[in-house]
Amino acid sequence: MSEEHAHIVPYKTFMGIWIALLILTGVTVWVAQYNLGPLNIWVALSIATLKSALVVAVFMHMKYESWLFKIALLSALAILAIFIGLTFFDVLYR
Amino acid sequence: MSGHVHKDYTGAKFGMWLFLFTEVLLFGGLFILYSVYLARYPKEFITAGKELNVWFGGGNTLVLLTSSLFVAVSITALRRGAKKLCLGLLGGTIACAAIFMINKYFEWSAKIHHGIYPGSAHLKELQPGEMVFFNIYYLTTGLHGIHVVIGGLVLAWAMLLIKSDRINADDWVILENAGLYWHLVDLIWIFIFPLYYLILH
Repeated sequence: MSEEHAHIVPYKTFMGIWIALLILTGVTVWVAQYNLGPLNIWVALSIATLKSALVVAVFMHMKYESWLFKIALLSALAILAIFIGLTFFDVLYR
Repeated sequence: MSGHVHKDYTGAKFGMWLFLFTEVLLFGGLFILYSVYLARYPKEFITAGKELNVWFGGGNTLVLLTSSLFVAVSITALRRGAKKLCLGLLGGTIACAAIFMINKYFEWSAKIHHGIYPGSAHLKELQPGEMVFFNIYYLTTGLHGIHVVIGGLVLAWAMLLIKSDRINADDWVILENAGLYWHLVDLIWIFIFPLYYLILH
């Protein structure tokens, strides 16, 4: 096999990420009990973003992929951000 | 005799990622729909959101996070030559998919029993904002549920290929891509859970 293969991710790393994901889920549920006004949605979205970053980086091996994959991912996220941004520019300032 | 079979791992994985980006944009559109209507009907969304059961949503979150762990570990197991462990973990993932759908069945049954489903007479009596909430809820979680079923089927297919050694320690890209699809299902739920089940409590 001529192609270079990404290294094998150890079991321990995956277990660590799983525990982190469970703790973050607990934190989301706990914070949601308090009424922080509009802040609630931003806290929830921040934790969800952090959780997805862990899943993408380790479970989906993005951390170990080449720059090509990382730039492609950032481009896709940038496109999504533009969609959301332009939509709210219209919705909020109409 | 047997010629060199060219395997383009990078190409295969990159193709899968491109497909996943289209999925992200698909669900991204549904999340935009949610956020625009949340901005328009904040009070109605809170009233409607209280109808959702945090235990169903939270339980299914734990099921999906654990299933994602199983898939990730299964690839390491396969590459280390632990074929039985790999198959066991994938079986566990498919069991998680089944548990998720059974939970969803009970959750939706209870809602439908209370007359909450798209186009129901009860929904038409509610405030427009509440109706919108439940319609987007059914659309988003329904589309996600279809993804769970497809993901389970793809993993079952991967298990058959592992049994017949067509996926093995030297050639595992199909399992890798099937796993990527499963992680995406988990990723989308990571956002659905707080947005629909928690934010409004």
